[in-house]
Amino acid sequence: MIRIAVKDLSFSYRPGEEVLKGITLEFDGRSTAIVGQNGSGKTTFAKLLKGLLKPTRGEISILGRPANQMTAAALAPYIGLVFQNPNDQIFKSTVLDEVMFGPLNIGEDLERAKEKARQALEMVGLGDRAAENPQDLGLSEKKRVCIASIVAMEPEILILDEPTIAQDHAGVAIVRRVIGELKERGKLVMAILHDMDFVAENFERVIVFHRGTVLADGDPREIFSRRELLERTGLEAPHITRLGWSLGRRETYLTEAEFIQAMRMERGKGR
Amino acid sequence: MKKVIVEHLKYRYPQAETLALDDLSFEVDEGEMIGIIGRNGAGKSTLCQALVGLVPHFYRGAYGGRVTVAGLEVLKSSVGRLSAKVGIVFQNPFTQVTGAKWTVYEEVAFGLENMGVPRKEMIERVDFALHLLGLEDVKDRNPFELSGGQAQRMAIAGVIALKPEIIVLDEPTSQLDPQGTEEVFRAIHRLSEEGMTVILAEHKMEKIARYCNRVLLLDEGKLIQFDTPAAVFSREDLMRFGVAPPVYTRVCRELDARREGSSHFPVTLEEACEVLKGR
Repeated sequence: MIRIAVKDLSFSYRPGEEVLKGITLEFDGRSTAIVGQNGSGKTTFAKLLKGLLKPTRGEISILGRPANQMTAAALAPYIGLVFQNPNDQIFKSTVLDEVMFGPLNIGEDLERAKEKARQALEMVGLGDRAAENPQDLGLSEKKRVCIASIVAMEPEILILDEPTIAQDHAGVAIVRRVIGELKERGKLVMAILHDMDFVAENFERVIVFHRGTVLADGDPREIFSRRELLERTGLEAPHITRLGWSLGRRETYLTEAEFIQAMRMERGKGR
Repeated sequence: MKKVIVEHLKYRYPQAETLALDDLSFEVDEGEMIGIIGRNGAGKSTLCQALVGLVPHFYRGAYGGRVTVAGLEVLKSSVGRLSAKVGIVFQNPFTQVTGAKWTVYEEVAFGLENMGVPRKEMIERVDFALHLLGLEDVKDRNPFELSGGQAQRMAIAGVIALKPEIIVLDEPTSQLDPQGTEEVFRAIHRLSEEGMTVILAEHKMEKIARYCNRVLLLDEGKLIQFDTPAAVFSREDLMRFGVAPPVYTRVCRELDARREGSSHFPVTLEEACEVLKGR
């Protein structure tokens, strides 16, 4: 089922400087990573889908609704966006209030909003921080508060702008689990990411943005096999992929497990 | 020459019950590039702030021991005086932006203006910093119109322009794309080769392994180990401190591929390649 349809989408912040140039894309249920250099238009694209910006040209349909003609508020029950910079998103004085704000504003009653907020906070590993002021948290925790705020609204579509920013090993594991759980619930999870190891391990589809256009679109193995494309767009293949190439392998390894297995099998053969 | 001397540093934030930094002692030589690693909350940012004097001068709190940077004892020197010798780049670039300047160019010049650097030299230094961080194209933009990655490079440029003897960076590439990250690491590595002492907190272990000559592992405010990347990343119990070694080290450990004549595992792509090639 097509959940988002984007047709000939263009946008400019200043007249004559197009940030997005005639983008046409469809999104089904596959978890999708949007990658590309800083300034390639990824965040702008996310804001357009969410209705925070209006296209200068083109159409966006969200779950069959004409998003161009709807306000961000009207779209809120269907699509949620976790901002890149948590400080742009957080404004309440307790973590719980912050996460309840979304559910309350799409019509949940107080009890239900509180319950959803608590569940979402548990999910991002912050269940015991509900009473704290979000401004007292570290950047990595703030980022997870922002993720919880959107998860609590239970939209069909979630866009996470750089969800792994500032996360340590444990934090990245939590984000990975959250994405997995959302996928299991049948949500469309989209994320803007610079961490290609994370992309390779967690997403079913990768879209490469470059100077306001879509340069490539495919599954991770397909995209990360295209060395020339990656170089041209200033992207890096995952570390494990690069190790495979450096050893002269033809295959594109996406995970450590794949690589280790291949190495072991080969050693077995050699004996 | 020792650029940083930390002796039995203990620090507790106001109203906190536990020590954020617990009896740290270490020394850093001129031109070294040091990576501070550890889980979030281990004390990395606090240590960064202690090296530039924001701990304790700005945050207050309980302080013990002695920190000497570029010959100045931190406790007895004002943040202003220290700032001429040691610069810091904050984790969130937007907290570093002054808000007093209309262009990236002026923003990068802000520190120099405050230090009373002559105009001609100021222009040279700003141009140098903008070039080093690849910001020439956005130099006339408003600082608040920048993307996260551009803002992060601007924050670094503003500190580089001051030509500090020591530069402390708290997760300087968190918002950067892979190419931008690599460029920033190369730029600061070049500065360290030219004699600037670099100390950075970072989660990208592959970059730490590639560019830092020593790694300082912190946990619960304590110094667990301060050694070469190979030694620290080869620790079997590293995950206990919330840190995963570089991908290269992980797969080589799994395949029991050690560096020749050493008990350590490879930590970089090149090293891993060399060890695995013969297999």
